[in-house]
Amino acid sequence: MNEKAKKQLINQINIYRSVLILLIICLFAAFLSKSFLNISNLFNVFKQVTVAGIIGCGMTFVILTGGIDLSVGSILGLSGVVASGVLASTGNTFLAVATALAIGTVCGTANGFFISHCGIPPFIATLGTMTLLRGCVLIYTKGSPVPVKSEVYKFIGKGSVIGVPVPVIILILLFLAAHYILTQTPFGRSIYAVGGNREAARLSGISVKRTEWTAYIMNGLLSGIAAVVLTARLGSAQSTSGQGIEMDAIAAVILGGTSLSGGTGFVLPTVVGAMIMGIIDNILTLMNVNPHATSIVKGSVVLIAVLVDKKVKDLSAKAE
Amino acid sequence: MGGRLVLKLESIVKSFPGVKALDGVHLEVYEGEVHALCGENGAGKSTLMKIIAGAQPYTSGAMYLNGEKVVFHSAREAEKSGIAMIYQEFNMVPELTVAENMYLGRLPVNSFKKVDWEKLFEEAQDNLNHLGLKFSSKTKVKNLSVAEAQMTEIAKCLTIGARIIIMDEPTAALAEEEIKILFGIIEELKKKGIAIIYISHRMDEIFKISDRLTVFRDGRYVASKQINETDYDDVVSMMVGRNVSNLYPVRNYKAQEVVLEAREINSRNVHDMSLKLHKGEILGITGLLGSGTIELSKLLYGAMPMERGEVFVHGIKKDCSAPVKALKAGIGFVSDDRKQEGLVLIRSIRENISMSSLKKLTKGIHLNTRLETERVNQQIQSLNIRISSASQLAGKLSGGNQQKIVFAKVLEADSDILILNEPTRGVDVGAKAEIYAIINQLTQKGKSILMISTDLPELIGVSDRVIVMREGRMVLEISGKDMNQEIILAHASGGVRENE
Ligand SMILES: Nc1ncnc2c1ncn2[C@@H]1O[C@H](COP(=O)(O)OP(=O)(O)OP(=O)(O)O)[C@@H](O)[C@H]1O
Ligand SMILES: [Mg+2]
Repeated sequence: MNEKAKKQLINQINIYRSVLILLIICLFAAFLSKSFLNISNLFNVFKQVTVAGIIGCGMTFVILTGGIDLSVGSILGLSGVVASGVLASTGNTFLAVATALAIGTVCGTANGFFISHCGIPPFIATLGTMTLLRGCVLIYTKGSPVPVKSEVYKFIGKGSVIGVPVPVIILILLFLAAHYILTQTPFGRSIYAVGGNREAARLSGISVKRTEWTAYIMNGLLSGIAAVVLTARLGSAQSTSGQGIEMDAIAAVILGGTSLSGGTGFVLPTVVGAMIMGIIDNILTLMNVNPHATSIVKGSVVLIAVLVDKKVKDLSAKAE
Repeated sequence: MGGRLVLKLESIVKSFPGVKALDGVHLEVYEGEVHALCGENGAGKSTLMKIIAGAQPYTSGAMYLNGEKVVFHSAREAEKSGIAMIYQEFNMVPELTVAENMYLGRLPVNSFKKVDWEKLFEEAQDNLNHLGLKFSSKTKVKNLSVAEAQMTEIAKCLTIGARIIIMDEPTAALAEEEIKILFGIIEELKKKGIAIIYISHRMDEIFKISDRLTVFRDGRYVASKQINETDYDDVVSMMVGRNVSNLYPVRNYKAQEVVLEAREINSRNVHDMSLKLHKGEILGITGLLGSGTIELSKLLYGAMPMERGEVFVHGIKKDCSAPVKALKAGIGFVSDDRKQEGLVLIRSIRENISMSSLKKLTKGIHLNTRLETERVNQQIQSLNIRISSASQLAGKLSGGNQQKIVFAKVLEADSDILILNEPTRGVDVGAKAEIYAIINQLTQKGKSILMISTDLPELIGVSDRVIVMREGRMVLEISGKDMNQEIILAHASGGVRENE
């Protein structure tokens, strides 16, 4: 009986491990800096992680199919600058947002075309589109930032509703939608099946191509949404915006315990993973650590988390 | 048998979370004997074999090799002590040659520590020849047939110097002709004094080659007997705990209208195959490995591209160029390889069972998980699948239960025409009888079955009509009382000219 309880505990830890890591890091953070637990600071952290969190949701789908998407940062960059350009020339927020979402969707569709239709390995296909799209951004902006003036547009990034920042609301809504799609729709089932065993999925009558393609489209669309949130918050679209965000998103997915080989994982731990990264950023800023050192700490945390994760997994495998 | 006691297991217990896979079992194996291990799916046979081969630890008990107590921490340690296991999933590197695979990790080297290729290929070839195998040791493993790959594994066991060889369902992937070769090799091994532990769900094989047998039921030891002191009924009732007298259902099929017609199907290994399947009929298709039977089934289901040919369902031409389309046309499919093509092993039983019928469970975009659970539980019950919960991972089940899960999935899709590839591969006698009964009931409900099987007793026992294929062509079609093993085998192996 005692043995059984121990096994159960290990299994529970196994499931909620990312939440556990988050709690530990929060404890650390609270211990290191008194201002960490301020509501305004917490919201600030939340706001910071929205971009990685939103893209992380899409990245979870892609990684669950056994793929990867390196182009999200460039999609974000392109959607952001073009949307800001549209906003500058028309002043129409709706049109600007629609442009960003459309560009994201089109880029995602292109990724899907190369990967599921042409059969190019995801890593290579998205490495290509990542470089290509960044080039488009640079040509469009000629290297200088596109300012955002519209207050309505800025509200998306800076405003708040009954005290909750709008980006946080957007993240929560998108997360809920992603969670619903993954767990309560046939498409979600297809994602798991395709990532778990492509051939078995195909022979079961699941359209592997369409499933995979849809995952990349979703990821593109979410990158477009993230672009709106980011440019609205910063008040301008930079030619470099989104650079490196793919690594943050992938790190969030990995911290969330989703297997890179596909087939197992959830969205919630990804968002938690993004928060872990955000909190580390935040605490280092609060402690006035050299920003260049931040990368070192973040990288180390990812490595440690994955090591711990492996240990826990081994333990629970042994318990069986 | 007169041989020396080489391996003795005493009161072995092995617990997995929630299941006691082995509950104090015994096993005694003598030099030069073929010792059959019998038991239903999930009885713990494979688990015990993995324990003997050092691939899995046990919870309690003791193991004696040549009278000495041993504990293995890895398969490598067991191999060093002369115990080798032939796994069902082949553990070879496809891109390497037969010889390299046989000596993997122990390649002979010359004085400069460079691989001595000449010696390697020569020694490997000697070993192959010794077993009467005719392929070259320089062949790449990926170019071998399943049977040849398996023979290579056996040859490898000899190079390790194994004295005990474990074969876990070695014939599951073999056809009649290859099984004969395997049995020949087993006789050779016996003469060398090597002990063989042999697991199979094909009872006729057990009585053909084994000297003694041990029966397990639900992880418990039941009995060990000399083969001449027991018989089929006795063994089956020890395994199942009841009598399985009528393995095959009584068929009373009367010709009805054609539901599926294939015209001149062509692909790389299938040539001008035409066939008609009638409503309520069970049509068996058989042939040696590589005869194109499985490829034909995949062509009909759209799992492989057809070069030429037409498929008609209920007289209407259908596009079956992809599984999705074939399913829509009312064709369901069970693959012969449940691990690679049948199941998503890292997902739950529930998800696997509902995988082909998600549409039926969906309203708008919402998947009705309550309805799903209901349907899945109903299938689990009606197929008598023994599991602790539907959220268990499919990969953790015993072979027979996995096969039932694949079956449940196809039944859930509710197709009118079912293509079943080796529907009882690796399934125990009790479950076999259940599956045959289910197939029979399905036909009574108006479904039609295309069954590809290399298990001849099964093929003859269940089918109303049998088509025999050789080298991608139909060479024989017989039905009713004319069906018998000799004729089928003779045509399948080309012993009879077509126009005779
Ligand atoms: N890794 C595992 N984790 C949990 N349970 C397991 C695991 N491996 C096997 N089992 C369980 O142990 C029992 C015995 O399984 P085993 O594979 O030994 O059966 P078997 O006799 O070989 O059956 P079959 O004839 O179907 O191959 C089954 O109930 C199975 O579900
Ligand atoms: Mg087994």
